[in-house]
Amino acid sequence: MREVKAADITAVLRDMCIQACCHLPPDVRRALQNARAAEESDIGREVLDILLENAAVADQNEIPICQDTGLAVVFCDLGQEVRVVGGDLREAIDEGVRQGYKDGYLRKSVVADPLTRKNTGDNTPAIVYFDVVPGDKVRLTIAPKGAGSENMSAVAMLTPADGARGVRKFVAGRVIEAGANPCPPLVVGVGIGSTMEGAALLAKKALLREVGQPNPEPHLAKLEREILEEINASGVGPQGLGGRTTALAVHVLTGPAHIASLPCAVNIQCHAARHVERVL
Amino acid sequence: MVEITTPLTEEKARALRAGQKVAVTGVIFTGRDAAHKKLVEALDRGEELPVDLRDQIIYYVGPCPPKPGWAIGSAGPTTSYRMDSYAPRLIREAGLRGMIGKGQRGPEVVAAMKEDGAVYFLAMGGAGAVLAQRIKKAEVVAYPELGTEAIHRLEVVGFPLIVGLDAAGNDAYVEGRTRYARPAPA
Repeated sequence: MREVKAADITAVLRDMCIQACCHLPPDVRRALQNARAAEESDIGREVLDILLENAAVADQNEIPICQDTGLAVVFCDLGQEVRVVGGDLREAIDEGVRQGYKDGYLRKSVVADPLTRKNTGDNTPAIVYFDVVPGDKVRLTIAPKGAGSENMSAVAMLTPADGARGVRKFVAGRVIEAGANPCPPLVVGVGIGSTMEGAALLAKKALLREVGQPNPEPHLAKLEREILEEINASGVGPQGLGGRTTALAVHVLTGPAHIASLPCAVNIQCHAARHVERVL
Repeated sequence: MVEITTPLTEEKARALRAGQKVAVTGVIFTGRDAAHKKLVEALDRGEELPVDLRDQIIYYVGPCPPKPGWAIGSAGPTTSYRMDSYAPRLIREAGLRGMIGKGQRGPEVVAAMKEDGAVYFLAMGGAGAVLAQRIKKAEVVAYPELGTEAIHRLEVVGFPLIVGLDAAGNDAYVEGRTRYARPAPA
């Protein structure tokens, strides 16, 4: 068994929180630049210029791209030949988030109870998805998720007869209805198949893919293109002020489903599509 | 670009048109979900509000903490519809004249704005770092227990906005989207 210290996981996650919130990944910057070059609307081009300037200001000063530094959504793929020593793994992750959000001057956006709504003050607990995988490494991915886009997300339990067309109508309809609320231009994560909660998790994982990389399956890549085309025909545009670029990309992930089911989830991500991955 | 200095009087507000670019200089107040709930609860009890909102502008924002050398951390707008159930009462009963946020508003808000002559401004969602540079001073003036959701008094210079809904009910989102909409693919 390879030993990994809990303190090392904490230290790495602390840095990942700050990196993710202050430095827009290069794939998202490229997507914004490409959208700027193709955008027909004057106000749309102006919006995209400001968003690129904003990313540069955040990067140079190491301040958050957006004040909604989100819930800390963490994926932890634990190699089955790894033993975590010197502490509890879940607590090590929360401690990393606690330190990162304090040291990075990030916003604390977690309430302990959804109805009584008292802020926990340190942005914990993180939302953590554990998976056990072969090997002797720990793979950590953080994707801080703001609420403006998360609130526009949805799940539909479609029927097998609805098929790809039903998926396209549901996803595009939901994104267009959201309009300016989730801060377009968006990255749209789509999870198809599995169970109700499985589809939602697939949609969230779809957001981790490099922006604009198509699904390797040709029929799913085609579906991604068709959904993107329908969304961008809406005219909603950057910030909802009118234009071609309502979404930068649509990412589809699928999973096996019940013979009676076609679950479909759409997880909407704003243009601050933040994600950082590290392997220990 | 229309230059506006606060306070925002009804006359100044009614002269604005949806889609206009505006630069605001002066004092504005922050307030979002939790502060709105408290303000409206204070109105229910017939109490004086902790901040006089007559002819003032509320910015829907929960800022990041400031890094040393900054007045405030990243400070872009939050989505406005969550304040729709509270905003008409602040407009009608407290004299609120302007709101800054992002996203569409409901019909009850638009009705109150038209009657009383209020304006809804859009700030650039997700441009919190750039917007923070236009905020020169920030202090908490009410509900400090709410942390980022406390009411802050902000001093802003040339704060860049677009008129989203004017006092006649014209909507910059509808106008922009209509111009670029194409028929959906079959």
